[in-house]
Amino acid sequence: MAGLELLSDQGYRVDGRRAGELRKIQARMGVFAQADGSAYIEQGNTKALAVVYGPHEIRGSRARALPDRALVNCQYSSATFSTGERKRRRHGDRKSCEMGLQLRQTFEAAILTQLHPRSQIDIYVQVLQADGGTYAACVNAATLAVLDAGIPMRDFVCACSAGFVDGTALADLSHVEEAAGGPQLALALLPASGQIALLEMDARLHEDHLERVLEAAAQAARDVHTLLDRVVRQHVREASILLGD
Amino acid sequence: MKETPLSNCERRFLLRAIEEKKRLDGRQTYDYRNIRISFGTDYGCCIVELGKTRVLGQVSCELVSPKLNRATEGILFFNLELSQMAAPAFEPGRQSDLLVKLNRLLERCLRNSKCIDTESLCVVAGEKVWQIRVDLHLLNHDGNIIDAASIAAIVALCHFRRPDVSVQGDEVTLYTPEERDPVPLSIHHMPICVSFAFFQQGTYLLVDPNEREECVMDGLLVIAMNKHREICTIQSSGGIMLLKDQVLRCSKIAGVKVAEITELILKALENDQKVRKEGGKFGFAESIANQRITAFKMEKAPIDTSDVEEKAEEIIAEAEPPSEVVSTPVLWTPGTAQIGEGVENSWGDLEDSEKEDDEGGGDEAIILDSIKMDTGVEVSDIGSQDAPIILSDSEEEEMIILEPDKNPKKIRTQTTSAKQEKAPSKKPVKRRKKKRAAN
Repeated sequence: MAGLELLSDQGYRVDGRRAGELRKIQARMGVFAQADGSAYIEQGNTKALAVVYGPHEIRGSRARALPDRALVNCQYSSATFSTGERKRRRHGDRKSCEMGLQLRQTFEAAILTQLHPRSQIDIYVQVLQADGGTYAACVNAATLAVLDAGIPMRDFVCACSAGFVDGTALADLSHVEEAAGGPQLALALLPASGQIALLEMDARLHEDHLERVLEAAAQAARDVHTLLDRVVRQHVREASILLGD
Repeated sequence: MKETPLSNCERRFLLRAIEEKKRLDGRQTYDYRNIRISFGTDYGCCIVELGKTRVLGQVSCELVSPKLNRATEGILFFNLELSQMAAPAFEPGRQSDLLVKLNRLLERCLRNSKCIDTESLCVVAGEKVWQIRVDLHLLNHDGNIIDAASIAAIVALCHFRRPDVSVQGDEVTLYTPEERDPVPLSIHHMPICVSFAFFQQGTYLLVDPNEREECVMDGLLVIAMNKHREICTIQSSGGIMLLKDQVLRCSKIAGVKVAEITELILKALENDQKVRKEGGKFGFAESIANQRITAFKMEKAPIDTSDVEEKAEEIIAEAEPPSEVVSTPVLWTPGTAQIGEGVENSWGDLEDSEKEDDEGGGDEAIILDSIKMDTGVEVSDIGSQDAPIILSDSEEEEMIILEPDKNPKKIRTQTTSAKQEKAPSKKPVKRRKKKRAAN
């Protein structure tokens, strides 16, 4: 798009944020009564819903059961109305499969699967509106859903995307910034230890700038963690009030 | 076919070796295997061998109508297939996870990094553009498919020539290769993937894992870079936890490796170009050396032998001189003799406790004898000149049992040489199976 400045001279982005600022995050846990755990998150205009079933017995072939760990099964689905143009996606297409694999990899590292051998934990994520940072929103929603289901995890898994424009690292990209074609990095972090559960980057970025972008994404993920922590505590407080504690 | 699981001792061996910074094939931690690039007779066809991992890349093109939202850009399509000949575990139904992962990684590495100028592929805006299709087939799996595939893809794209097209007003003329020379694609840069395997929760790191190392690794980090040190893709997989400085260190190593590989690719392309221009022979048939059935060869593993002499000298100096060897043959009876006494049977204790009474005449698979007699020659002895020497090729050797002498010694038979007499075996060697030798 000609003439679109992703970062103005005064340091403001297209939607008026500063370089390291996140979009407004709102989240709720326990949105579905039927599922073991569920959560809904809104990051700016990106809306994602996550549902967790488990740990339960392995569905399908018993041969897939792992004798010492739980199997984590993740499925990602993007609603047809989620993008600007209505796009009907086949269920098993490559991008959804890849997202599912990445979510599985992220959560297998974070969930204490040794505590539930021979069982299965299902995580289903649905994107209702995609405005950039879909992977991050999915991971954040799934974290809250897993916590809502009471499945023990090593730590929160917080994710955020980051980009690089005009020598500055931007945190939490929106769709406009992603579509502009610059480098995009998605990072899933366990905040307490600083370990990276998943790192993914697209488009060209010079090696010298990598550290700055990584740092921006890590800082943004830590900010997301503070927010998610607050949401969880609020939810627990409400639940305990209802229980009359 | 389901994959054979790796045995625990093999896994332990590999992990211990990695802790000591040793690899099975003698490489250092940051070394790549030998890369060999060969081209086919058609433009756009190449085979890349990374050690034993082989990938075939083929580029083809077609005129199609463009995508609606990108009317002035050509279309790039990548497809990697894990052929069933690559590994027994690759079957049509079983590969999906790995296939999706590899394909998406290749797509992101090559398409999103804009290595090819898609605007130059446009013929008539909104109506006709070139669709470039890159097909990669894995022919042999020995680890690190993604690196080999990315090299094959970029080499095939650099090697490819598309037919020339000219547009005059509304008329589009497509020239055949005979009319006008085909035109190369315009490639901005060459992204190459470098894989890092992590072991023991990220403590140890190896570049270019081979198949065994991939079985024991915790996770993989793939960094795609070009020679200008621009990172095109980073992808971590396998559930390892990384730290930021590990990622930065890997990116520095990747920079060095990519520079070397890019040089190799440019040289290979140049050589092929030269051969074609000079009218020499080119193609796969030429790249396989004569008198070889396959092109696999065992690379000599470089071993450091500089200190062998010193070590050997030390050992020799400290060792005792070997004992005198008495070589007088002992004649037991005419026709048989024995040279040397043999060594005391060290199985003595074991066999006493395991002595069995079963004489079993039947199945004497006397392994001992068969070992001794596999030469198939019966030679009678040095001791007596009168006895005729019988040479027979028969596989069935007779076991001639001679009455043992006063002190039957327990002898452990040693050799299979034809000259050696069968006398030692006549001694009632204490073996379970030999019990039947008691006449």
